[in-house]
Amino acid sequence: MTEIWTSLHDNPLTWLVLTLVVYQLAHGLWRRFHMNPLLNPVLLSIAGLSAILILGGIDYSRYFAGAHLVHFLLGPATVALAIPLYRQLGRIMRSAGALAAGLLAGSVAAIGASLAIGWLLGASRPTIMSLAPKSVTSPIAMGIAEQIGGIPSLTAVLVILTGIVGAVGGAWLLDLLRVKDERARGVAMGTASHGIGTARALQMGEVTGAFSGLAMGLNGVATALLTPIIVKWLFG
Amino acid sequence: MGILASITVLLVCQLIGETIAKVLALPIPGPVIGMVLLFIGLLVRRGLPADLDKSASFLLSHLSLLFIPAGTGVVVHARLIAQEWLPISTALVVGTAITIAVTGLTMTFLLRRGKPAQ
Repeated sequence: MTEIWTSLHDNPLTWLVLTLVVYQLAHGLWRRFHMNPLLNPVLLSIAGLSAILILGGIDYSRYFAGAHLVHFLLGPATVALAIPLYRQLGRIMRSAGALAAGLLAGSVAAIGASLAIGWLLGASRPTIMSLAPKSVTSPIAMGIAEQIGGIPSLTAVLVILTGIVGAVGGAWLLDLLRVKDERARGVAMGTASHGIGTARALQMGEVTGAFSGLAMGLNGVATALLTPIIVKWLFG
Repeated sequence: MGILASITVLLVCQLIGETIAKVLALPIPGPVIGMVLLFIGLLVRRGLPADLDKSASFLLSHLSLLFIPAGTGVVVHARLIAQEWLPISTALVVGTAITIAVTGLTMTFLLRRGKPAQ
């Protein structure tokens, strides 16, 4: 019995399979409950996998050695966002001005709110700096965190949690604020919650998804340029 | 264009993007540059190959799965997050809500204002 466990534990395939199985269970549960945003599959999967790793005393690095293959696909999937973008090109060009303004306002709001809330509630300096770039896709966010004195691996986690918050509550908040335009909804999701928000936006419709994917990419660039300036301005 | 060729196209765009980012020391990740390159490629080609569309749709329909391995890294920082749970959770929830509201409302206002002029 111990032998089987040791063999499974040492085989990276175990952790790849586990990731796929847990995700499909979470996805099934979410669908059964009429896609209730509170049962977000990413949230459920991360909670389930974390519980397994902690209870089983399994090192994250051991787990990641297997799950890495899934993580790797983020690269080509990001490239693939060019396709909804291409199909919505006409709509994007027609709303370019509003898009640029909304994006810039959102980018500044994301950085400013993270820094202000972290500071007001007494977070440590490295935590505040790790929070600042949390609305953008992880590779950009980690680079920014490093540059301004945050903890890049903590930022990676905060980025994903931010994505989940947006995916879970975004549509509800936009309904509450009566933001009905699919383009505005998409840009809001992508600016605040990068790829996870975009995954949710793609479920809301192709227009929403395309605008979200575009906003995610543009906000990555805007945040990379703006964060060091805003940090310097607020924290000297 | 077959499925294999489509996946190769996606990976080639990513590779070129990563190389550009590295050589020019850009703060933008390679895959995002790859997305721009593929987008330009589609504009130049004036058309979307059916298989590329199919492969991309498959990848994007399971986009949320791809964030799970990195997100599970929360276990590594569990102690720090527990210690500073109040500022972290507030920044996550309130910060994200403010961002969504500011972006959505700014865009709605400008789209509405722009309409009669068109």
